[in-house]
Amino acid sequence: MQAPLKKTPLHETHLRLGARMIEFGGWLMPVQYSSILEEHRAVRQAAGIFDLFHMGEIEVRGAGALELVQKLTTNDASRLADGQAQYSLLCYEDGGVVDDVLVYRLQDSFLFVVNAANIEKDYQWMSQHVTPSCELENVSDRTGLIALQGPLAGSTLQPLTDTDLSTLLYYHCRWATVGGVRTLISRTGYTGEDGFELFCTAEHVERLWNTLLSVANPPKTCGLGARDTLRLEAAMPLYGHELDATVNPFEARLGWVVKLDKPRFVGKEALARAKQIGPRRQLVGLEILDRTIARSGFPVLKDGDRVGHVSSGTFSPTLERSIALGYVPSELAQVGCELSVAVRERVVKARVVPIPFYKRRK
Amino acid sequence: MAEVPKDLKYSKEHEWVRVAGDAVVIGITDHAQEQLGDVVYVDLPSVGSEISQFESFGTVESVKAASDLYAPVSGKVVEVNDALKEHPELVNESPYDKAWMIKVKLKDKKELDVLLSPADYDELVASIS
Repeated sequence: MQAPLKKTPLHETHLRLGARMIEFGGWLMPVQYSSILEEHRAVRQAAGIFDLFHMGEIEVRGAGALELVQKLTTNDASRLADGQAQYSLLCYEDGGVVDDVLVYRLQDSFLFVVNAANIEKDYQWMSQHVTPSCELENVSDRTGLIALQGPLAGSTLQPLTDTDLSTLLYYHCRWATVGGVRTLISRTGYTGEDGFELFCTAEHVERLWNTLLSVANPPKTCGLGARDTLRLEAAMPLYGHELDATVNPFEARLGWVVKLDKPRFVGKEALARAKQIGPRRQLVGLEILDRTIARSGFPVLKDGDRVGHVSSGTFSPTLERSIALGYVPSELAQVGCELSVAVRERVVKARVVPIPFYKRRK
Repeated sequence: MAEVPKDLKYSKEHEWVRVAGDAVVIGITDHAQEQLGDVVYVDLPSVGSEISQFESFGTVESVKAASDLYAPVSGKVVEVNDALKEHPELVNESPYDKAWMIKVKLKDKKELDVLLSPADYDELVASIS
């Protein structure tokens, strides 16, 4: 039997705002309020906010916390200063990806932010490696997360908080007060824009949300639809699409997150071998040279033969073109390579293009 | 609430039909565009091609999903709304007017009898939403 879908503390708020709700990772989440295209453009041009309560948070505490984090993740958490964040991966012994995560180093703990659909799996997997000198806690249910993203995110948030955001650097975080709510402000995001991810306790989520919308020029409320088109333009992976247990980080072009000079971590031997051999297949950006969308799972063809698959595809609202990410054999992964995609009963032309598809001007 | 004009006929697949003599104009309903969300591509047959009742004659694609268009009647396509190629958003903005899709010369007027009245279509939409 399937468990009932979970609702975020903002569920009623979303309905009042006219959101259309969908199932995502066991949660009932807003997919759009007005229009995915409008919400997407608001984030590229101004600012938008997203309820990300579904994302998971797992805390690691204790004297052995750093040691455990180092063992669990492929990136090097020893390089993190207090108040710094790092993109990282959890990998199985065979090098396949358990999840992609953000690791925050806080004053006396590490905080993992994990994908909604993977919370239980990650927690179980992490628990297998826990030592007596540290403890693991799944704090997802009592931790709220709201993203404020876009070029105007800073000027929107600054008047609402007591901390100077100009000194909060990319991939850094700090505790502050936002509209009276104690908030961990992190300069991170999943949109390719400047912006913040704001953590607070579950009971304060609604107050924080309303505070962010109370300003003179409020950010646009955005759903998972725009979150997906934004991350796809920025070519950021989504677990279950670009990443899963059958993909190794080198195939996903995430070799930069794998620090093989670290003494020991789960999957290190397999990943060292994988790096030495080189990836057999690779994630590429595709531009679809026809008026249709190449969606997840569609076959990628070369001269009529199936050689790979589309992992994610959409209409890019910024480029006004059909774009996709997909896996193809490494010898077909160079920019300019001419491929095609089977879209239902048709075969359409596609070309390998550089990723990200969109990069903001700094 | 989705708009259901009183002067049109409807299919169960959410196309509307405006009868004008021995020809009909076809588009998709307000309810259909609402469900699809932002339409980004509309793929229509070319003038002169034949379409058959209940068979697919094209595709409308939104950011979220691709959806087949089903012919509410059979006949020959005599006009196509080319504006939808450059401006697919018209399907969302003006489903009954600017986003008409094709004009078809009817093969058999009796086919119109199986289409839904506005009241019946209204009921169908209410029952699924």
